[in-house]
Amino acid sequence: MSMNVDRDHILVEVEDIHITFGGLKALNGICMNINKGEILATIGPNGAGKTTLINAINGVCHPNPGRIVFEGKDLTNMRPHHVASLGIARTFQNVALFKGMSVLDNITMGRHSKIKSGFFSQGLYWGLGQKMEIEHREAVEIVIEWLEIQNIRETPTGALPYGLQKKVELGRALAAEPKLLLLDEPMAGMSLEEKEDIARFILDAREEFGTTICLIEHDMGVVMDVSNRIVVLEFGEKIAEGTPEEIRNNQRVINAYLGTDGH
Amino acid sequence: MLYRECGVFKSTYAEDMAIFPLPLDKWGMGILLIVAFLVIPMTADRYLLTSIMIPFLIYSLSTLGLNILTGYSGQLSLGHAAFMAVGAYTAFNLSARLDLPILLCFLGGGLMSAAIGSLFGIPSVRIKGFYLIVATLAAQFTIEWVITHWAWVSGENVLGAIDTPPMEILGRSIDTPVEKYLLTLVVVIVLTIFAKNLVRGKIGRAWMSIRDKAVASEIIGVSQFRYKLLAFSVSSFYAGVAGALIAFCHLGCVQVTEFELLLSFWILGMVIIGGMGSILGSFLGAGFMVLLPIYINRVVRMMAGVVPSDILTNLELMIFGGLIIFFLIVEPYGLARLWLIIKGKLRLWPIPY
Amino acid sequence: MLFFLEVILSGLLAGVMYSLVAIGFVLILKASGVFNFAQGAMVLFAALTFVCLLEKAIPFWAAFFITLAVMIVLAVAIERIVLRPLVAKPPIILFMATIGLAFFLEGLGQGIWGADVHGLNIGIPDDPFEWLMNKGILISQFDLVAAFIAAILVTVLVLFFHKTATGTALMAVSDDPEAAQSVGISLRWIWVITWSISGFVALVAGIMWGTRLGVQYSLSLIVLKALPVLILGGFESIAGAIIAGLIIGASEKLADVYIGPYVGGGLENFFPYFLAMVFLCFRPYGLFGREAIERV
Repeated sequence: MSMNVDRDHILVEVEDIHITFGGLKALNGICMNINKGEILATIGPNGAGKTTLINAINGVCHPNPGRIVFEGKDLTNMRPHHVASLGIARTFQNVALFKGMSVLDNITMGRHSKIKSGFFSQGLYWGLGQKMEIEHREAVEIVIEWLEIQNIRETPTGALPYGLQKKVELGRALAAEPKLLLLDEPMAGMSLEEKEDIARFILDAREEFGTTICLIEHDMGVVMDVSNRIVVLEFGEKIAEGTPEEIRNNQRVINAYLGTDGH
Repeated sequence: MLYRECGVFKSTYAEDMAIFPLPLDKWGMGILLIVAFLVIPMTADRYLLTSIMIPFLIYSLSTLGLNILTGYSGQLSLGHAAFMAVGAYTAFNLSARLDLPILLCFLGGGLMSAAIGSLFGIPSVRIKGFYLIVATLAAQFTIEWVITHWAWVSGENVLGAIDTPPMEILGRSIDTPVEKYLLTLVVVIVLTIFAKNLVRGKIGRAWMSIRDKAVASEIIGVSQFRYKLLAFSVSSFYAGVAGALIAFCHLGCVQVTEFELLLSFWILGMVIIGGMGSILGSFLGAGFMVLLPIYINRVVRMMAGVVPSDILTNLELMIFGGLIIFFLIVEPYGLARLWLIIKGKLRLWPIPY
Repeated sequence: MLFFLEVILSGLLAGVMYSLVAIGFVLILKASGVFNFAQGAMVLFAALTFVCLLEKAIPFWAAFFITLAVMIVLAVAIERIVLRPLVAKPPIILFMATIGLAFFLEGLGQGIWGADVHGLNIGIPDDPFEWLMNKGILISQFDLVAAFIAAILVTVLVLFFHKTATGTALMAVSDDPEAAQSVGISLRWIWVITWSISGFVALVAGIMWGTRLGVQYSLSLIVLKALPVLILGGFESIAGAIIAGLIIGASEKLADVYIGPYVGGGLENFFPYFLAMVFLCFRPYGLFGREAIERV
């Protein structure tokens, strides 16, 4: 009985997943849950398998064996675009914007799966085609306003500085109004102010839209401040899980980070 | 200040998202349409219509098709001319055998071409880059082979040539250059508006996202399979209609050799010179390439008198090749970008501070 | 049975000639990541220059080395004018630039040397090889010599790539241009060398093909023969190019002889592509190609 009650606030169940790249075990038997409405941080040294974990959730690579369940649906062998349409959005470690497209178009791309108009109504720009374009433009403008990037609306993203690109990418993910937002090092290479900026957006996104967030970040200060729970990976295995307070005092984590051997 | 943007206040997103949000552009377009529909048919002579305007419009349409595939979706095709052939031969058969109304024949030519185009586009999902380029070449050779070797396709003609039957719309026959010009013009305008709407909406954004970052676009929710295939079929549809127009409105009698590989390259050249990822660029590129041989001929004659035609051909090849390289290096967005720059200058003119 | 053998053998020998062109592609692709569509035009250009020098009564080897020098100058010019400004552009852009280059070279070559068909005779008769003819198989001596020359060329290239410092540098550049630069390999220099070598390969191929077909515009179209070979062999493997050339040559001849009569002939242009397409469905990266892994 208590199992069922527990499951109600679980959004994603990762069940014992293994992923191998030509002999190299990137993930080795990871079990974890992401709870609804939480900010979960995944940390670990380089090469621990954090990005692979995110890739597995949104279908870029498929675990074998293992299973990933999102809201009761099995994601294990789904194509990425299908996963996206279920309400999972993400950002990338190395910014992956569409460089030839404007900021507006990039963020609108986030809503791709939500725009439901057929080929001919789009080609004729008539009926549903027109209605959808205008409706979604309004939704995108809200995100643009929220991120305070109105002035660069029409700029091609390739021409933007790195910090702004990261922001636009976050906007693109938020525009999807995802149930689950996967952020792969959203603050990498940013200045302190920019980091604070992004941290505020992450917290606001959870407050305003109720988005569940799974975050990879190296900056421990930020991780400790924003996250509710932390999962620590090392060499493809989960070595710890708990509240920031618990993780801070976990001996294995301290060893993994400081590299102390044999204590 | 000839080109004004200020003082135009858009109060709804619908206004901002119109094709021509600025009144000045609307006026410009209006004048262009008046010239195209009234001035040219009333004043132009046979040469201007049949050797310049009609081919210009048809190649613009074909270039637009390739631009959708290459410029917008980032997939290169060297088989575009063959898809034009499919359109031409299908339209011919629909008209000669079934006696369908001419516009339905054009539509059928386009649809057949789209079907075959997406057939050859299917590998695009699995194979990428150079492998895909060779796959499109396979389309070119396969289609050429089928047309020349299956006599049925060309109505049992030995040379694989087709002689288009007379055209008629609502009982009115279309046979003078002016009528053919107007028919071509209407078809091209309708399809151009359709393409413009596609590329500025959801589908166009999905195409461009595949071009710019395929992995990210898949993860965001764009089915690579569906949208690449869509790009191939829309592109081939435009090629097919253009091919049908060449057969019916331009040449009247065509052979497979009209649609050989070289034409695929010329059209790719039009895309590059006109501007990749631009509807306007497709028209500028086609116009440029239609006029280029004529002007080379004139300039050479002015400077050197009468010269043998093979020298002209070689000169043409060199200039064509040189221009492709030039534009790729100096202005990858082609003539369309130059137009934007001119507009930018006019915005400030005559007081550039 | 003997006839079958004869068809296969002559197909294999034709295949060697395809490999000869395909290797030029592989070289440039390996070292500079450029899919050089102008390889065919280079073959035409080299053959035209060579044959016109011969016709001006210049001795064979002198003409050969002058042409080689011309091809090297061409390589330098291409690097300087076309490649350098386009460095770090997407491969598709570079490919389109080589299409432009192909047209330019075709126009230039024919503009300088004229567009007539030149016969080329390098002293090897195109008669049946006697020893085999006695056994009932008709194989041209010329084909055998061509195969022999191609074999030598390939051996030299493979040795060059694997045994010399420059060759190793070329491989390094193809693997990771940035890393190669950081250990002091000059990218420009490497590019000039590669394009010169493929100019050399183009010259050899041009002489062989020119002897066979006459030196004329259609030589530049042999690029189209080489492409299915590349698909089959994978774009990055010299061994693949050779084996695939043989497969294509043999199967094309077989198809022409045994299937051709039933479908109305004219298969030689389209059958290799058909074969390559079928093959692609099963192995999208060729016989020896590597699957590119995309990182997220």
